Amino acid sequence: MAAPLTLLLIVAVTIRAVLFRSSLAELIPERVEVVSPLNAWKRVVEGLALLDLGVSPYAGDVFHETPLIIYFFHFVSDYAEIVFMMADALTAVALYLAVKDYNKTVFRKQKYALEAERYPLDCLELIRTPKEMYYIPLKVAMFYLLNPFTILSCVAKSTCGLNNAVIALFILCTVKGSSLMSAIFLALATYQSIYPLTLFAPALLYLLQRLYIPVNWQRSSFWLFTTQYTFMYLGSLCVMVCLSFFLLSSWDFLSSVYGFILSVPDLTPNIGLFWYFFAEMFEHFRLFFICVFQINVFFYTIPLSIKLKEHPIFLIFMQIAIISIFKSYPTVGDIALYMAFLPAWNHLYRFLRNIFLVSVVLLACSTLFPVLWHLWIYAGSANSNFYYAITLLFNVAQILLVSDYFYAYLRREHHLTHGLYLKRKDGSEATLVLK
Amino acid sequence: MGLLSDPNRRRALTKLLTRLNAPICVMCYLAGVAWFMGLAFEPFTLRTYMSENAMGSTMVEERFPAGERALATGREFAAHKKKVGGMPVDWLVKTMQSRGLEVFTQSFTRKLPFPDENKERYMVRGTNVYGILRAPRAPRTEALVLSAPCSEGNNNNQAVGLLLGLAQYFRSQIHWAKDIIFLVNEHDLIGMQAWLEGYHHTNTTGGDWSPLQGRGGSIQAALSLELSSDVITSLDLVLEGLNGQLPNLDLANLFYAFCQKIGVLCTIQGKLQRNDWDTTSGYSHAAQTMMLMVLKQASGRPWGDHGLFLRYHIEAASIRGINSFRQYKTDTTTIGRLLEGMYRKLNNLLERLHQSYFFYLMPSLSRFVSIGYYMPAFGLLAVILLLQVLNLLVYVGIIDSFLLSPSVLHQPSSPGVLSILTPVVISHMTGVALYTLPILSQEMAVQHFPVSETEAVVLTAIAIYTAGLALPHNTHRLLQGEGTEEGWRVLKLVALLYLAVLLGCTALINFSLGFILALSLVPIAAFITPHTPKALSAAIMVLLSPGCTLLYCVFVFQELQETPVSLQDGWMLFLSVISQGILDHALYGSLVYPLLALLIYPCWLLLWNILFWK
Repeated sequence: MAAPLTLLLIVAVTIRAVLFRSSLAELIPERVEVVSPLNAWKRVVEGLALLDLGVSPYAGDVFHETPLIIYFFHFVSDYAEIVFMMADALTAVALYLAVKDYNKTVFRKQKYALEAERYPLDCLELIRTPKEMYYIPLKVAMFYLLNPFTILSCVAKSTCGLNNAVIALFILCTVKGSSLMSAIFLALATYQSIYPLTLFAPALLYLLQRLYIPVNWQRSSFWLFTTQYTFMYLGSLCVMVCLSFFLLSSWDFLSSVYGFILSVPDLTPNIGLFWYFFAEMFEHFRLFFICVFQINVFFYTIPLSIKLKEHPIFLIFMQIAIISIFKSYPTVGDIALYMAFLPAWNHLYRFLRNIFLVSVVLLACSTLFPVLWHLWIYAGSANSNFYYAITLLFNVAQILLVSDYFYAYLRREHHLTHGLYLKRKDGSEATLVLK
Repeated sequence: MGLLSDPNRRRALTKLLTRLNAPICVMCYLAGVAWFMGLAFEPFTLRTYMSENAMGSTMVEERFPAGERALATGREFAAHKKKVGGMPVDWLVKTMQSRGLEVFTQSFTRKLPFPDENKERYMVRGTNVYGILRAPRAPRTEALVLSAPCSEGNNNNQAVGLLLGLAQYFRSQIHWAKDIIFLVNEHDLIGMQAWLEGYHHTNTTGGDWSPLQGRGGSIQAALSLELSSDVITSLDLVLEGLNGQLPNLDLANLFYAFCQKIGVLCTIQGKLQRNDWDTTSGYSHAAQTMMLMVLKQASGRPWGDHGLFLRYHIEAASIRGINSFRQYKTDTTTIGRLLEGMYRKLNNLLERLHQSYFFYLMPSLSRFVSIGYYMPAFGLLAVILLLQVLNLLVYVGIIDSFLLSPSVLHQPSSPGVLSILTPVVISHMTGVALYTLPILSQEMAVQHFPVSETEAVVLTAIAIYTAGLALPHNTHRLLQGEGTEEGWRVLKLVALLYLAVLLGCTALINFSLGFILALSLVPIAAFITPHTPKALSAAIMVLLSPGCTLLYCVFVFQELQETPVSLQDGWMLFLSVISQGILDHALYGSLVYPLLALLIYPCWLLLWNILFWK
């Protein structure tokens, strides 16, 4: 399996290298769909220039990356193109290995369940076979590397690619069961953009599951491990924040990075839901609605963790998707990360109900973004409402996509415990309805 | 969520839609056409009104007195033009300077990709002369433009005369809060393109021009004046700009308001307004006016010198004096007063014109149809494509899997990505060939065939277009093996969705173009299958192909302009339209030619491919 993966990496790198050299390389970084105020390369360059002049990089209210990123690019800014390509490759390989390992676990569990005859007899067709699972890791890597969204994001040199790499490494470490590395990468991801904080719950659930510790409030082993993991996570987060402080010897970055993410002062249009809403709002409601919008991102963690506590990896997928839909400055690079997981849920295909509709809407919206942007900004004939309408539709489609996968996952689990052919009490064939 | 999640209701709805698919599609098509034709009916349209406050209530007085002197200047200009045999640059500079303007010149050269036979030019060399009247009352951050073309022969001399007369008169006034730029551009749009690119420091189409030495503020509005006789019977307003872009409706309202106030006959598309909307002839008059606008807009070319301003977010229109045999004549003084009034009102603007509509069609100068009213006509056509998609989904079996309980589930046998991808790639390669080859291969064609360069370009384009029709057989050979029943359905699914997105995007940018293409492409996209009678379907498909649509449009346009042409002339006109389309793309960056060649034509080829699926 190494050969196809290598080939895939070569193809992906070639596409990116060609695009870096083409005339598109100047156009793409200007697209608001691809870069946000948080991760635009232009702003990194500005920050580096300020740093070289001995001024705080946050002085001009342009730069909003974390201090570690700016020191990282301080050394490698000449090789930025290679760094971004390597970040994409790293993400793909990490996802590949993670999904491979995860599939092994799933298969082992399924075997035990079969041996214990826990599945109803008519569910045999729902059982996953090694044959169909063999290519899934490769498909995941392919979905990430060849996704136009990832390619655009990489060519724009959006630092979103680096955040994705960190999250992918976190997933890999979690799946491999290394709780220390998992905590460190989770802390790094949180340090980068706050929102991955919600991945704490699934990671903890997965590691507990791996150590056969039941989620039980009365058990001391549960509390012991939770404390241990929390401590590792908070400790590494603390180290990173302090390191940032010592690098710049000021706390400026806290308000410039995290304040910027949470209070959403920059209302440049993007594919998210914040900008239009807050541009239209009266100033005195702003604080309240910012709280509502931000809590919205974190809130789903609780119900989803309860519902999916047996399936932490699917929970990670759901969380990443929710973050990329509801975060304050989303770009297409964030979407690419959760879309890479779709092949891992291939077996849910038969239970998906709107996948075709949703994918058509997503495609149509992706083509309409530049058209309406042109009409609004260049031709001046349309206005922001047109663009926001498409943004809304795009996000509704994403939400439908995610909820469709969620429902399909639950339904498959339901069938695995209750049998595929459900009967009503009177014996007629029953159908499941979500209401 | 009920409809999306309840399988029973979904099944019922899908069943209903698939069973009634054909009648619903026919109904939608007819309704779309009827809706569109209904737009010209007066009770369904809105009366135009001035939305911009700054231009509405403020009173201005027009006192321009010097029409006769302007005509004399025009005659002097004509004499100098004849003497120099082109633009009399020195005379213009001197005259403008003597009228107290800051005068600058800009020279430009442009080599056309192939000779333009309509205007007989290939290597273009020229000079723009412009004078800036600095605003006495405000910081010079904004500007207005009045332009007149210096054209071949005896045309537009009066326009230049009037422009100079107005310059002199405006100089003596103290109201101006915006710089006024008086521009005389040579070689119509090519000169205008050079000047605008120079003004805005851009270079989109690779022209060669000297940088501008003087600038005013950011341009808020522009008018282009075309006047070829001493007296006129009516003024015609031209709105259609590059890529079908239109100026803000308030500019048209302003023109109409002043025509009413001063008592000048005004037309749009060369057609007077009529009051008998309830009679058949009245309706057909309005419909003709609107159809002319639709056809002009769909062509995507600038229909006057103002057309290129729109690209820079500047509201602009052309005003054309028409002298016909009508009794009632208007003299130059009156036109001068009209322009004075319009500039005084534009001078009052506090921000760019943005209050009124940008998307509209005009069945007459005092009536308009806004986007909300005309979009349903396109929507009804687009719905047909979506219904067909739904129908195909049921056949291909994607819908079944989530409609029913898993017991009746069958995994759709996927027809292989390769068999779908091959036709898609080949059609697009043909499109790329159609886009690039005509200009690249003109030299070779001229060497081997007895044709001129222009003919070579047009004929190569037509040859490649026709050669594309032979493709299905080649594609089939490449496929190695039988195309399956599933195969063409999936291909059609792809083609339908592609067409729907494509037409939707086109209609957003240029409604007219999108609607005309939808009118011809939607029926074939809807009915085409490999099982329809081959010869008949092939004939219908060719007759409704984008190229033939263009041919019909040429005839209809001539018919509507009341200058019907014979078949022979129509064909020649068709050829020149193609060459103009290619030139417009190369010179001004019009998007219609690349859109047709790179996207619409390949899409049509996909449908053609389905017909010959074996």
